[in-house]
Amino acid sequence: MNYTIKKIVLIAIGLLLSWISVGWSADFESLTKEVAQSSYAQKNKLIDQLVALEDPRSLTVLKAMLDGKLYLQKSDQTVVIGEDHPDGVQIKNISDEQVIDVVGARSLEKVKINNSVRGKLRTVIASLQLSAKDASLRRQSARDLIKSPDAELRDIIAAAVEREESSSVKKEMELALALVDVESENADRRKQAIKVMSASYSPEALAVLERLSADKEGAADIAKLAAEGADKVRHRMGIMKFIENLFFGASLGSVLLLAAIGLAITFGVMGVINMAHGEMIMLGAYTTFAVQQIFPNWIEASIIIAIPMAFLVSGSVGVLIERTVIRHLYGRPLETLLATFGISLFLQQLVRTYNSNNVPVVTPDWMSGFYQVNGALSLTYNRLYIIVFSLLVLGLLALLLRKTLLGLQMRAVTQNRAMANSMGIRSSWVDALTFGLGSGIAGIAGVALSQITNVGPNMGQGFIIDSFMVVVFGGVGNLLGTFFAAMGLGVVNKFLEPYAGAVLGKIFVLVFIILFIQWRPRGLFALKGRFVED
Amino acid sequence: MSRKPILQLLLTNDKASRWLFIVMGVLGVLVPILNLAVPADSAFHVPTYMVTLIGKYLCFAMLALALDLIWGYCGILSLGHGAFFALGGYAMGMYLMRQIGDRGVYGNPVLPDFMVFLNWQELPWYWYGFDNFGFALLMVFLAPGLLAFLFGWLAFRSRVTGVYLSIITQALTYALMLAFFRNDMGFGGNNGLTDFKDILGFDLQADSTRVSLFVITLLCLAGAYILCQYITRSKAGRVLISIRDAESRTRFIGYKVEHYKLFVFVVSSLIAGLAGALYVPQIGIINPSEFNPLNSIEIVIWVAIGGRGTLYGAIIGAILVNYAKTTFTSGVFAEYWLFILGALFVITTIYLPRGVVGILDGYRQKVARKKADQAAATPVPQTAGGK
Repeated sequence: MNYTIKKIVLIAIGLLLSWISVGWSADFESLTKEVAQSSYAQKNKLIDQLVALEDPRSLTVLKAMLDGKLYLQKSDQTVVIGEDHPDGVQIKNISDEQVIDVVGARSLEKVKINNSVRGKLRTVIASLQLSAKDASLRRQSARDLIKSPDAELRDIIAAAVEREESSSVKKEMELALALVDVESENADRRKQAIKVMSASYSPEALAVLERLSADKEGAADIAKLAAEGADKVRHRMGIMKFIENLFFGASLGSVLLLAAIGLAITFGVMGVINMAHGEMIMLGAYTTFAVQQIFPNWIEASIIIAIPMAFLVSGSVGVLIERTVIRHLYGRPLETLLATFGISLFLQQLVRTYNSNNVPVVTPDWMSGFYQVNGALSLTYNRLYIIVFSLLVLGLLALLLRKTLLGLQMRAVTQNRAMANSMGIRSSWVDALTFGLGSGIAGIAGVALSQITNVGPNMGQGFIIDSFMVVVFGGVGNLLGTFFAAMGLGVVNKFLEPYAGAVLGKIFVLVFIILFIQWRPRGLFALKGRFVED
Repeated sequence: MSRKPILQLLLTNDKASRWLFIVMGVLGVLVPILNLAVPADSAFHVPTYMVTLIGKYLCFAMLALALDLIWGYCGILSLGHGAFFALGGYAMGMYLMRQIGDRGVYGNPVLPDFMVFLNWQELPWYWYGFDNFGFALLMVFLAPGLLAFLFGWLAFRSRVTGVYLSIITQALTYALMLAFFRNDMGFGGNNGLTDFKDILGFDLQADSTRVSLFVITLLCLAGAYILCQYITRSKAGRVLISIRDAESRTRFIGYKVEHYKLFVFVVSSLIAGLAGALYVPQIGIINPSEFNPLNSIEIVIWVAIGGRGTLYGAIIGAILVNYAKTTFTSGVFAEYWLFILGALFVITTIYLPRGVVGILDGYRQKVARKKADQAAATPVPQTAGGK
């Protein structure tokens, strides 16, 4: 008896002490440590206190705890966040998330949680995220909840919807709420939820609606409502899919445009078949790589720096090729084709001798990621930028051809070389500069393409046939034709892909062009005028 | 135009052709004897791999001949001639595949291994008949010939010429390459057709079969050469040359340019297809990389280096370049082969527009001129009659 009383008193003192200590240790680190050390029952209470601190770091800690990544170091009982690492566990400080060290798993003790704590954590994390100050965080958490609806969080989501100010985030939260509500017992609430879901773009909502509409045992009106809703969502998602295809097609088209635009100049304006055009693209891509190697701290700006550099590198190589080889072969297009093909083999092997593997080109942060329009449509930034960039290049080139003296001379030489010569235009210089310009633009294309394809010795070959197709399809010597051909082929290719597969789609496009050439041997936009052959 | 039979004409009137026939005759007699009759340890023994290697060169020579016929004599630069070669090769490969029977890895008596591997249940319809050699041989000509006819008919009728034609022929072979790379096509996909056992009942690994194939290739090359010479020396051949030099004028004079072009294009594709069909049993594999546009461009360089528009130049060029390729790619210079090939492209186009044959001709003319000068300088009349 005495013994029991003693025990009770001891426990009481212990509890009291712990309560007092909790009260005192209001700062983040020690409270976290207590959460980690305490029993399951105490954890729930301590987690509430941790949240009450309103420390932004607590979210990270709680998430780590939920994922089983929160550890106590056995040596000094400090709390750390651990990540798997080939040599054990990489541990991070909880206060500033700096990597401390990589240690063996044995020196750490995982902070254990049970189902009750897990539920608590989930609720707390959701409410923390849903009430975060940063709107993008709130949006992200709403999206997470849409992906995995949790009935226990209903009240928290409802409260978050109430106080949400941003209308777009509110919409996503409402959808998250609807995905919970739709499973509830309350018929009105379910109907309301289906209504919200029907207005969404979310594949998750569509899946639920389809399930409900197929459910024969449930209420008939709900099933009917769900079926109607599913149709609406499907229709809307179909439109989004269309826009997405259009976007992908346009981005593929702009890649083609970038690759072909330089060729449109050398082939179109000068009538020179430059089979080494792909290698000019490759040189541009390698220039990007070189810039990133030389200025490793300026990755964010590397693309911007690389653009003029690539223009210079590929452009001067182009001028060199023109002066040494092509100059001797004017008026013999087939021979030019062979000679430039030899140059392309040479350049490829040159790069391969340096490094036969693909080189890693880093994508700056501002180019990665995507812009989420809605649940069914997201646009990646790199493709968005490439579309804009290709249009910019095309515009600048058109300006150059239309508004500058060089452009005027180039057009004059194209139209009538002998007459241009007699007007005092040095056509050999114009040729060299034109070829340099075309090659330089290929170099710029290489910078852009380095962001979306592998950069290696063979990368140029992948573009050469496509580029020729674009130029021939669009009509030689016509920038507008090149633009329409590139965009048209890109979009058609993307729309064929779902039905025929990528390879078969490409084959169809090639066959289409081969047949198209029969119909209009001079391309979509043939230059008007009378030409004398032979 | 001579009324003499073409062979007699070539042997008596054409020095280069005479030499070509002599060399081919010597090869055709010596190589089988040195391989089969001379013991393996003798210094004069020609190993079987060498027979096959020369056989391969001869196939390439035939392909070059086919290209020279259209490029050298009609100005059609096809950058897709490898496609016809590969189609002929695939037709032969399909026959050889069917000959394997149940000796494949999976032992299926009807389906080739790759179809078993892909879980196909029955033979696709387009494989029917390929167990018959005659049918396969027909397809060796029909497949490339039909494609060339269709393609040429469309292209020449709408007057697609020059670089445009080159580019779309390249697109053609590229599209075919992509298509043959697909497993669903039923041509073995990536790996192509291989693992052949025998042809017409003869073991493909046996020396005698190899030598026979070699001799057949040599005979076919000679036949193709005679055919090309016959065409180019005929009246139609003159029209072809005039098309090459001035297409519009020829048309305005009243010739059906399209018909001539189509005819010579189809003949060329047939020769290329036959070359492919002879190539496959000797090499033992055919895969989609034969359709690679790069291969087709290489053919052009063989012709350009040998000397365009001479026929025998194409044969010389193909053998020279491929011999160089074998030598360089197998040794320490492997890395430099593409440098050399690239340089060859540039140098031949700029400095040797008439190829190796052009150099020889130039040298011969120089010698002849020298002799003529000497003859003129020497008062004694007997020496002036020398060749």
